[in-house]
Order: sequence, then C-alpha cells, then structure tokens
Amino acid sequence: MVVELFLDLRSQPCRALFIFAKKNNIPFEFKHVELLKGQHLSEEFGKVNVLKKVPALKDGAFTLAESTAILLYLSRKFNTPDHWYPSDLQKRARVDEYLSWQHTTIREKGCKIFITKVLVPLVVGQPFSPEKLEEAVEELNSALKQFEEKFLQDKPFIVGNEISLADLVAIVELMQPVGCGCDIFENRPKLVEWRSRVEEAVGKELFQQAHEIMLNVKNMSTTQLPPELREHLKQLLKP
Amino acid sequence: MGLELYLDLLSQPCRAVYIFAKKNNIPFEFKHVELFKDSILGRKMPGGNNPGHSHEGQQYREEFGKVNILKKVPALKDGVFTLAESTAILLYLSRKYNTPDHWYPSDTQKRARVDEYLSWHHTNIRSNAGKALWIKVLIPLFTGQTLPPEKLQEVMDELAISLKQFEEKFLQDKPFIVGSEISLADLMAIVELMQPIGVGCDIFEDRPKLSEWRNRVEEAVGKELFQEAHELILNIKELSNIQIDPQLKEHLAPVLRKMMK
Repeated sequence: MVVELFLDLRSQPCRALFIFAKKNNIPFEFKHVELLKGQHLSEEFGKVNVLKKVPALKDGAFTLAESTAILLYLSRKFNTPDHWYPSDLQKRARVDEYLSWQHTTIREKGCKIFITKVLVPLVVGQPFSPEKLEEAVEELNSALKQFEEKFLQDKPFIVGNEISLADLVAIVELMQPVGCGCDIFENRPKLVEWRSRVEEAVGKELFQQAHEIMLNVKNMSTTQLPPELREHLKQLLKP
Repeated sequence: MGLELYLDLLSQPCRAVYIFAKKNNIPFEFKHVELFKDSILGRKMPGGNNPGHSHEGQQYREEFGKVNILKKVPALKDGVFTLAESTAILLYLSRKYNTPDHWYPSDTQKRARVDEYLSWHHTNIRSNAGKALWIKVLIPLFTGQTLPPEKLQEVMDELAISLKQFEEKFLQDKPFIVGSEISLADLMAIVELMQPIGVGCDIFEDRPKLSEWRNRVEEAVGKELFQEAHELILNIKELSNIQIDPQLKEHLAPVLRKMMK
C-alpha cells in the first residue's frame, strides 16, 4: 500500500510536503482535501486527522499530522539525500532551530496577511481592512529581518551550501503573501537571490506546479463558502 | 570551554532544557539570564547612556546578544557553536550525549509522534499556557494596571480547548504521549502546564487523566529535580517585589498593549 498524503495546495505546509515528495520521487497517493469546500471538517477526514487539518499522512494504519513531523518521517522512511536533514550534528541543529522558530514568526505572520486580505473578506463579505493589513505586513517585516539576519545571513541556504527542509518550509510560507498581492520579495535583493536558488534546487517546473493554485488566488474572491465552513471560520477568526 | 546553557527558570522552555540536562547528567555551565533584571530584549547602546547600570551588567548583555541574536532564552553555547530554540537544543543534546532512546525513540513511528507533538505544541499549548502569568502578574507589574477578570477567563477558555485536544489526540489512554515511556514531548508539555499553576490557575483540577499523567511525568523525571526546576515559578509572588527596568517597560509596552486588547 502506498503512502497517502492529504493535501490542499492552497496550504503552505501542504506545498512543502508535495514538493518534497515529488522531488524525491516518493510514491504517494494525492488525496485532495478541498479546504474551501470544508472537506477537512468531514467526519471521514477526522479519522485520518482528528485535529481536522491538512496536511496529513496515512501509511497503512499509521496516521500522522503536522508537516514537520511528516517531512521528517518521509525523509527517514525513504532515505532522502542527506542535505535535506543533514546528519552532521550542528547542521541538523540549524534545521531544527529554523523549523521551531518559524511557527510563531514567518508562518504566523505570513498566514495573517492571507487571512486579513483574502480569508476574512470571504467570510464576512466585506473588503479587507487596510489598517489590519498594514499591521500584518509590519509584523512580517520584523520576522523577515530576523530571518535574514539570523537564519540566512550571507549563506546560499539556511544551513550552508545546500537546500534543506528549513529552506523548503520557509519558501512556501513566503509565497503565500505573494499570492495575495503582497510582494515581500520586492526591495529585498538578498531574499530574492535566495528564492531563486531555492527554486532552482527544487526544480522550477515542480515549484511552479506546487504554487499554481496559490498564485491564482484572486479566483478565491468569487468562491461561495459552504455555510458550515463559514460559521466554523467565523469562530476561528474572531479577533 | 564546556557546554553553556543560558537559562531563566521562569521560562517554560528553559525548564525543559534544565530538567533534560540534569536528568541525563549532561555537564553544563548554568548561565543565569534574568529576564526582567538583565533585559535581554536588546539595549541599543550597550556602551553608552545607561546610568545606574554596572559595567559588568552591560558586558554580560553584550555577550548574551552575541550568543543569541534573537535575544531569547534558552540558548546554548558549545565552543563556538551557538543555538537557540528549546526543541533544537533538546534534540542536539540528546544526540551529542547519546541519551536513552525513550526521550526521542529511534522507532520511526514513535519518533514521528514526538515530532508531531513538538510541532503542534508551539501554536497550541505553548501559545496559551503562558498567558495566565502575563494577565495575572506580569502586565499589572509592568503597567500598574490590573486586567478585568473576563480577560483571564478568555485566556483560560482558549487553554481549555488546547487541553482537550491534548487529551484526545496526543495523550489518549496512554501513560505518556508516545506510549509507555516519557519522551521530549511530555517534557515540553509539562513545563508549559506548570506555568498557570504558579499564578493559582490549577488546570489539573477537574482533569484526572491529566493529573495522573503529570504524576507519572514527575516521577519519571524525579520529584526532586522537578521541584527544583519549578521552584521559581511556584513562588512567583516574589517577582512582584522586583523593580522593573524603565527601558524594559518601554520596550515591552507595544507587546503588552496587544495582549491587553
């Protein structure tokens, strides 16, 4: 039985998994869980991940949530090239360090831009708040500054000369605001260069494929959310 | 030069690192960073206009700035290698010092369960458990204002949601998160859940399953070590006598205003 990956490519961590699995020729079944249709809230999906979130993995009877855990599981099970999660103790620690830090910084603030600009308007049926968006952008700016100063510095990739899980997890998050029309790469030459290197290391075609749906997010503004999903989101997004 | 761990036991992740190192007899130098006295939030002019601060204090702050540019505890220094983030530090120590397997099991699926918890932890248990301390003690200390009881209730309600998920998804009916033995997952969880206890919010009350798990964790860690690590937070009232550095107050003001909203 082949590994099943439950994904929606609108979700950043799902993209990281998709890219990682494809790049490493890991055979898997793509189980599409359409977030905008509320499919993640179904009882059926709840059996795969009781937290009702994507991504999720099913490997026989074994189910797993959390993209970091899934990436590491796949890297071990399928013996992916060392550079993704280096066996060198200190390099590995650098990957762990980034994967830990990013939850409440790059990921959180990148999400906030998407939520403010795209999701909230979809739920409440009103245009987004420019003040809230500005606040979200400022917060991401702060995180980006730390990203460049502490994690990237003057290296080609976060850990050194080669791409790792850290770069992969970072890039998919930073593409989210881009998809919303907030080009966070503008005026950040170092970041732009890093992004180019990451795209090349992953393979431009695969990178584009993973990001196609997100880069056409404008189509989302006409989406009709199912009422159950709308209610669920209203609860989640309340300030 | 040996291993240095920069810690303040008021901080939950610092306690996890402290307990782990002590339990595993990992030799280290405890570098005490007092969060509210030494202001690790970054002084812009370490050599300059800081009247009333000792030269040694300034040097220490500069040194600490070099250790961890993010200026958060815990931090590790191993020769020239520096490392932030408790998860990364715990994993690094477990590998370097070859700690017993149960902490981060070599079995692929058990290991995945630890990774799964450690990831989910950040934006659930960790983001919620610490707030009670801020609402009940720290914000009043910094701003001189007490917050309305609804604020605390709101925070505790959010924590209750995380605790429900913790029990249903991660703990279930097992003795520990991964199975029959304690792992890094349990350690990271327990130190967070002790934070509200320190300010009188006993989240274990009315949660027998969680309470039993806590006892098992305490026993696996060793009651004495557990008590030692938690002495500071369990005596938090002492903190209210501390003079807060005005620059620190100023620096934290935007953060605090947000938390008060």
